Amino acid sequence: MENSETLSLRGSYNRVDKPSALKIFCKFDIIHIFLAAGRMMSKTIAEINEKIAKGQAVVVTAEEVIDLARKKGVAKTAKEVDVVTTGTFGPMCSSGAYFNLGHSKPRIKAGGGTVYLNGVPAYTGLAAVDIFLGATAIPNEDPRNRSHPGEFSYGGGHVIEELVSGKDVKLVITAYGTDCYPRRKVETWINLDNMNEAVLFNMRNAYQNYNVAVNLGDHTVYTYMGVLKPRLGNANYSTSGQLSPLFNDPYYKTIGIGTRIFLGGGAGYITWQGTQHNPSVPRTNKGVATRPGGTLAVIGDMKQMSPRWLVGSSFIGYGATLTVGIGVPIPILSDEILNYTAVTDEELLAPIIDYFEGYPQRSPDVLGEVSYAQLKSGKIRVKGKDVPTASLSSYSRAVEIANILKDWIQKGEFYLTDPVAPLPGADSGATCKPMQERPFEE
Amino acid sequence: MAKARKVVLRFPHRLVDKPIIYRLVKDYDLQFNILKASITPEEEGLLVLELSGKKKNYEEAISFLTGAGVETQLLAQDVLRNEGRCTHCGACVTQCPVNAFRVDLATRQVEFIETRCIACELCIKACPVRAMEVHL
Repeated sequence: MENSETLSLRGSYNRVDKPSALKIFCKFDIIHIFLAAGRMMSKTIAEINEKIAKGQAVVVTAEEVIDLARKKGVAKTAKEVDVVTTGTFGPMCSSGAYFNLGHSKPRIKAGGGTVYLNGVPAYTGLAAVDIFLGATAIPNEDPRNRSHPGEFSYGGGHVIEELVSGKDVKLVITAYGTDCYPRRKVETWINLDNMNEAVLFNMRNAYQNYNVAVNLGDHTVYTYMGVLKPRLGNANYSTSGQLSPLFNDPYYKTIGIGTRIFLGGGAGYITWQGTQHNPSVPRTNKGVATRPGGTLAVIGDMKQMSPRWLVGSSFIGYGATLTVGIGVPIPILSDEILNYTAVTDEELLAPIIDYFEGYPQRSPDVLGEVSYAQLKSGKIRVKGKDVPTASLSSYSRAVEIANILKDWIQKGEFYLTDPVAPLPGADSGATCKPMQERPFEE
Repeated sequence: MAKARKVVLRFPHRLVDKPIIYRLVKDYDLQFNILKASITPEEEGLLVLELSGKKKNYEEAISFLTGAGVETQLLAQDVLRNEGRCTHCGACVTQCPVNAFRVDLATRQVEFIETRCIACELCIKACPVRAMEVHL
């Protein structure tokens, strides 16, 4: 009985799953029609925010909701619970930050020149003192992989961590000099307080599922998925599974552009779908993406953030990056949404990929699928062999993020936002295309 | 009772060419297994040994070593985890050849069992946040 209702609602969503603010309103109208018919639990974000203001909102984590739904059933739990909080804490390379450094006296134009923060180059192709620092940027003098595997002990992610720790970093600007910006060089200490704006802006975070990396080759490989030992010596994975934001809202029915989130210890927002957002991946009949699917682009004020949730990281032989903490609240607007948040590690399947040959050569072979429950047990079976597993993302920190977000909402310090537009959905046709190389003509 | 103990021995430059380990076998009836050895030219020698033998002999051997000018230290003190830096991701778990890391299945936190560590240092660079530190 409940199932047939869920299906009919999903059909309605499919028709409005296009990026347009107008159609979002349609989406909520549809929910109200169901409410009027008295057939199904329904709430609005505005109603949930009223409860948050009164200190009456019922908030549980995406881990806690599993047991609740098991004990009380989906319908009863959906009625009782207002918000489910999610969390993830892992290395996310498409992260970075932009800064406005303030104008020196005399003025300098970094655009067209160079900027280094603690020796790490930042992008200057913007106005005079606006710069962008990427998490994977490394000093020019870093030996990289000349002596393989390189260590990559300091990069953009580490600078970001130092800045949110309140530390001074060394800023060096060189410029060509103009009539209005005559200065050629600035060397100074600088910290977050000295800057006008310091904004974390990550163009791809919080992947909805990810590969399990193994090595079928005869020697160790050093990858962004960690050190992979030969002949299936280990298997590395990197998501928080049942706590991960997009695993809990697989069709992006509540998470959209404008959703307020936990980002790096402060409050941030989802600005867009992340790069490589791929909602068209295969899914289980419960909607679980079984390949790397949706992604999020996120933004937030670095001055609110903390080094506990933004940690400079190094992948030996690969590069420097930033480990990012993200938590997304999911408003329980219907039974259907609650049902999604009750997903368990047993139901979440990840593809096993060979990083010796398959991944680097972009050959599509998937060696098999395993559940996050199997991955978390410490070993999986690949090609008839028991392979020990390790995670690159911290589940215990993900739990902590979900609990912090829960606490903020319960205390009335964090309100939910209506998305202003949805992310491209499963039927949008959006995919992640490979590069089509077209050689230059002679 | 032959209990194996892992020790780090540091030889000052003047002792690098002296036959010291030989004495552990001959005078103290200890068995040794070399886990790691390095000599920095003109500086010092570093030896990580697993010693097994009678407790009394082991203690006398350590006194002998100390008396001869060798600094001794139980191995567990050599690789340390910076608890403030560790995020408990688990990247180290499968790198360790002696299973010195264990994931607590309830909390998903990574336990570092120092007594198992043989200071091979494989975890040091495999740790993305570089929480594992060598103290020599």
